[in-house]
Amino acid sequence: MNPAMQAIRSGFRRGRMELRHTFTNGQDVMGYLVPPVILAVVMLFMRGATVPGTGFSLSARTLPGAVGMGIAFVGMAALAGMLVVEREDGTLLRAKAIPHGMTGYLIGKIVLVSGMTLIGIFLQLAPALLVLDGLTLTGPGAATMVWVFVLGMMATMPIGAMLGSLFSNPQNMGLIMLPLMGLIGISGIFYPITNFPIWLQWIAQTFPVYWLGLGTRSALLPGDMAAVEIGHSWRHLETAAVLGIWAAIGLVLAPFVLRRMARRESGSAVDARRQKAMQRVR
Amino acid sequence: MEGRIAVTAVLDVRGLQMHYGPAQVLRGVNFTAQAGEVLALLGPNGAGKTTTIEILEGFRMRSAGEVSVLGVDPAHGDEAWRARLGVVLQSWRDHAKWRVDELLEHVGSFYSAYATSTIARPWPTGELIAAVGLTEHAHKRVRMLSGGQRRRLDVAMGIVGRPELLFLDEPTAGFDPHARREFHDLVHRLTDLGDTTILLTTHDLDEAEKLADRILVLAGGTIIADGSADELAQRITTEAEVRWTLGDERFVHSTSDATKFVRELLAQHDEVTGLEVRRASLEDTYMALVRAFEAGREVATERVFERAAA
Repeated sequence: MNPAMQAIRSGFRRGRMELRHTFTNGQDVMGYLVPPVILAVVMLFMRGATVPGTGFSLSARTLPGAVGMGIAFVGMAALAGMLVVEREDGTLLRAKAIPHGMTGYLIGKIVLVSGMTLIGIFLQLAPALLVLDGLTLTGPGAATMVWVFVLGMMATMPIGAMLGSLFSNPQNMGLIMLPLMGLIGISGIFYPITNFPIWLQWIAQTFPVYWLGLGTRSALLPGDMAAVEIGHSWRHLETAAVLGIWAAIGLVLAPFVLRRMARRESGSAVDARRQKAMQRVR
Repeated sequence: MEGRIAVTAVLDVRGLQMHYGPAQVLRGVNFTAQAGEVLALLGPNGAGKTTTIEILEGFRMRSAGEVSVLGVDPAHGDEAWRARLGVVLQSWRDHAKWRVDELLEHVGSFYSAYATSTIARPWPTGELIAAVGLTEHAHKRVRMLSGGQRRRLDVAMGIVGRPELLFLDEPTAGFDPHARREFHDLVHRLTDLGDTTILLTTHDLDEAEKLADRILVLAGGTIIADGSADELAQRITTEAEVRWTLGDERFVHSTSDATKFVRELLAQHDEVTGLEVRRASLEDTYMALVRAFEAGREVATERVFERAAA
């Protein structure tokens, strides 16, 4: 078999193995279980509340957006975190020392992150569909879910990869998390964006998080709930366009940033980070 | 003759220079290695060992000089070239969640496309695990391995593609004596098994003497000595240490001609007992070399070698 094809195959296998590993250690299992539990608690507090101006349950309206936010969160923060950690422990250098190892590594990460996101969506959505009134997954809704998921992954993973390449110290992950939290706050996930000032709505609409939330809401909520969205519409065309633009920019830029980061990896770089990490422990 | 060496040399380094800004780390490094040779690169901290090895591995760009690794300039080495190299570094803590066997199987899969009629790639996982002595731990997760076991796994990952050239960066740092002995046996087995050329760095002179066919001493950014442990000892040390007891007293004397001194000593005193003549160890040789170099006596050192080589 051609070496590049072999590496692609090994990369898919790698992703499946790493996905399996996430079920075998406490930290990853908690990573799966904590978000749905937090979400359930939020739903509990929202119980009885309705979307302003309608009689529709606020919790049923919030959950689909939270699912969309999950896509953005795993694609950006989780992937960035993995890259930072795996640069420090030498996984990336290992990939560099193996023929076509970087190809295998990146494909493995795409498979792993996509898989983790799907598992996360399932764990949040399955109980919600049973418990919350007003949520339904119809045929067209499922189709919308699929394209929003695929486009969302394509838009967010390159951003995550680039963020992970720019920060070399796991302690600086806060610099990634804080702005992301802020972005989620203004993206209309937990409260309709139309109640925010116009300028804030514009900021939110330039980033993928808002559009992912809108996309997943459109897939799971009844059609007339579009009335409380900007422009009283699900704006599928705009969703696809904004996510598509982010994906295009990311897929053009990310290879450069990743290559630059990979080029700088060497034994002494990994060793220096290890020394620093040990000083932190002391 | 010169042309033939260039073709067959696994490593050919000429005038290698490296500077970081104004700091010159390597100032003209020259050496070659033939197929199947084991080279040890010794030198004080900061001498440029790691920089040299990283340039050869293709992980760092050099400032000047000519470098050929398996006939290819490492600055332009492609994936097929990379498949013929093995790299074992010090600081790896990767793949902690993987099992030993599944990890080696996975890493090996990248090499399968590079098998040739003479070199079967990758090394079958079971055999490889046995070769590095990890059979009992084959199903363990990597994070459960001890330091020595982890290191053997690193070596296994370095050789899974049956490299023609293997880089070992301080392979036994942090080993206990038992683990070190086992590791030395493993390296001997590797060189017995095939034509693997090995370049290793170490601070352990005993290890260099045991493993290496040839020792390179790197100091101040150049190779200040190149030869087998015996050759180095003969070249640098003109001094041997003679110890003896006369009556109740113990004597020590350093001399450049131990045979002559002992002959005269015995001729003068009948009652000499406990006679010992100690040739300088590799450690003495190394310390003498580095000290001479650091005292700024480069020229003098070079002259010593020229005299010895003549």
